[in-house]
Amino acid sequence: MPFLELKEVTKGFGANGSRTEVLRNINLQIEEGEFVAIVGYSGAGKTTLINMISGLASPDSGQVSLGGKPITGPAKDRGIVFQNYSLLPWLTVSENILLAVDQVFPDWPPEKKSHHVASHVAKVNLSHARDKRPAELSGGMRQRVSVARALAMDPQVLLLDEPLSALDALTRATLQDEISRIWQDNRKTVVLITNDPDEGIYLADRIIPLSAGPGATLGPSIPVDLHRPRDRKTLNQLTRFKEIRSQVIDYLLASAPKRTEVQKTLILPDIEPEDLSIPKPLMGGRKQPIRRGDIRRESVEI
Amino acid sequence: MSNTLEKLKTALLPLVGFAAALTLWQALSMTVSPDLPTPMKTWEESREYVFKPFAKRGEMDQGILRFTWYSLILVAKGYAIALIIGTPIGFLLGLSKGFHSIFDPIIQILRPVSPLAWLPLGLVLFLSAGKQASELGALFTIAICSMWPTVLNTAVGVRSIPQDYINVARALKLSKAQTLMKVLLPATLPYMFTGYRLSLGIAWLVIVAAEMLTGKPGVGGFLWQEYNALNYARIILCILTIGFVGFILDRLMGLVEKRFKTA
Amino acid sequence: MSEYLIIDNLTKIYPTPKGPSIIVKDFNLRIKKGEFVTLIGHSGCGKSTVLSMVAGLNPATDGGIILAGRELAGAGPDRGIVFQSPCLLPWFTALENVRLGVDQAFYTASRTERHQIAEYYLTVVGLGDAANKKPAELSQGMRQRVGIARAFALSPKMLLLDEPFGMLDSLTRFELQQVLIDLWRRDRKTALMVTHDVDEALFLSDRVICMTNGPEAEVGEILEVTFPRPRIRKEVLNHPDYYRLRETLISFLNERSDLRPSRDKVGVEQNNIPHRNEPGDHANRPPSTPAMALTS
Repeated sequence: MPFLELKEVTKGFGANGSRTEVLRNINLQIEEGEFVAIVGYSGAGKTTLINMISGLASPDSGQVSLGGKPITGPAKDRGIVFQNYSLLPWLTVSENILLAVDQVFPDWPPEKKSHHVASHVAKVNLSHARDKRPAELSGGMRQRVSVARALAMDPQVLLLDEPLSALDALTRATLQDEISRIWQDNRKTVVLITNDPDEGIYLADRIIPLSAGPGATLGPSIPVDLHRPRDRKTLNQLTRFKEIRSQVIDYLLASAPKRTEVQKTLILPDIEPEDLSIPKPLMGGRKQPIRRGDIRRESVEI
Repeated sequence: MSNTLEKLKTALLPLVGFAAALTLWQALSMTVSPDLPTPMKTWEESREYVFKPFAKRGEMDQGILRFTWYSLILVAKGYAIALIIGTPIGFLLGLSKGFHSIFDPIIQILRPVSPLAWLPLGLVLFLSAGKQASELGALFTIAICSMWPTVLNTAVGVRSIPQDYINVARALKLSKAQTLMKVLLPATLPYMFTGYRLSLGIAWLVIVAAEMLTGKPGVGGFLWQEYNALNYARIILCILTIGFVGFILDRLMGLVEKRFKTA
Repeated sequence: MSEYLIIDNLTKIYPTPKGPSIIVKDFNLRIKKGEFVTLIGHSGCGKSTVLSMVAGLNPATDGGIILAGRELAGAGPDRGIVFQSPCLLPWFTALENVRLGVDQAFYTASRTERHQIAEYYLTVVGLGDAANKKPAELSQGMRQRVGIARAFALSPKMLLLDEPFGMLDSLTRFELQQVLIDLWRRDRKTALMVTHDVDEALFLSDRVICMTNGPEAEVGEILEVTFPRPRIRKEVLNHPDYYRLRETLISFLNERSDLRPSRDKVGVEQNNIPHRNEPGDHANRPPSTPAMALTS
């Protein structure tokens, strides 16, 4: 029996009549210890999907279950990392994490708690910044705190909701490396939501494209059977990498809403722009543009 | 179902507030301040002014809306002067660093001065105008007091235009006039209207003080006269009228402001 | 063919309280007419500064830029710029935003003609139905389509693209790259783009110039990209050279962008640079030798 399972899940928003279906017939099975990436367009319903796993939203029909038990609301067995870090600005790095630890392990003695916090701060390489407040940290460092906090709660499933989308390319790559390293150390079940196919392929055991909405549905589940640790550069030499990559991208591009093919005739005057580096003549200037040819009539598909 | 209940609640709750205020008022006039007319007495004394709002029985004995009208006209004049002078000053402050360094200190010093302090100076300034002196003095006071929010908000608006918009104007080589009309003005408009709304509020505050001192007919003048005549009930009528009119003016400006929200 | 854009010893120095900060020093680049050139590098390497100097939005401290035989001074609509944030004026509709530029560049044309131009380009980028919407009603991707239409509608001498899709998610980025390349194909405007996205650079460009990390960034390596045009994503991804070039770029950005060819005397790895020049095309420039004099 799968560890985390979504069965025939459908979710929509809005009242009858103006209702739009966001997700349709979502079926997903994740084994314990598996790293699964779901890749899709922004606005396709990825966040709705992860909200249903976390329990923040419930499906209109179908079932979400963890360890055989249906998910009814948020619980400590699922840790989430959001795109916007959601750290409390008046607490230091350690205090932010301690707050979460206090919630999950209220009975621990204080030394055990602080040791637990320190070890997780170290895990994301932030020991030097443990007494800083979020405002003093860069975006990448804040997201590390957020990851450490989720891990410190020792959840059964780690849900990553586009954790790196707000970061620049270089920081993103560094954090991908760290997430990969941490995951290889503890092999927790992870669901990663992302809009970047490369991020999914680099990190996950399995990558599943989510078609463009409305009524988004999961595409084929593609196993990323690439040797770990992976190297961003040498991956490019592997035929399997190219196959996976083109499979994911092809699926997503093909799922994009088709442009309605309407033939429309448009007129484009074939004239030359004026040279604005010479001042406009006040009087006696040319009143007509220079024509290169006759008007072009073009038919375009829109 | 719960939606209609919510709506009913939002409609009824303000009434609870009014009822509580009336009770407090009644209690006060019955205990600590026996000279304060009760709500009932206030109403009886004011009826004539409310039911015949446009009556004119004498210079200082007119319907309440007629008084309001006089006041509004005076405010409109002073406010118009404030906007006509304040907006360009705001633009200059925002656009030119030099202008800002020269005039900002003066503005910061003049800004907190109370209308009660300006009025005598206004009267002195226009002494030579003879009969017109008090009106001109009042206008001067309204204008100079209500100008600052317009000046400062416009300046902030101009200064906070995103560099992106300026770059678009430069990349397309828009002329100075085009840049002003198509980029600077629309980008500053929301700030300007916030300033205009705050200025109107101040102008309306100042009018009462101005009329009280000049003794011109209007809500403020009427209030002062009734105080001197020991007729306290009508003072309360004036206070309520001033508050109500101020509220409506603010709402109207709020609507205009929303209409011009561009971004 | 002769050089259309010539950038000569371009230098940008900002004075700071701690002394002058050199952002770009003696940057040289030549672009042929109809060529699509990309500068790639990490943020802070000065690539955007180079672009904004070509755009005329940022004055150069030293050096000169010649476009179509004339020295550039200041900004103007002869260069169509696609900004990273689309920079649409929020109080104008999509059409009015495009018209703003068209009215400038074609001020002698009739109203009808100017309207036709704006409408044409908006339709071609797929926004025929959204012409009268304000930017706030458009998605991030649609706004950038308007940005593209605005740049092309000027009929500029060249296009300048400053991380044009940097704010979009990777999939929307794919879509818009296709829109851009389809439009570009019509009259092959000379283009200079700045990006840090490897796939974007490969899909769009004829030549990719790798910049080392700033400050005082220089040109590290140059890649010729010779996928046949018109380019379609699927075909480009399946091209036998694609992943080899991709690896070269990624490894430059990850490993070699700290090296300074001019100072550290670390030779450019010859075998990493494909020698696939069309005959006669770059006769004046031996492959794998940076086309720019590196004199820092």
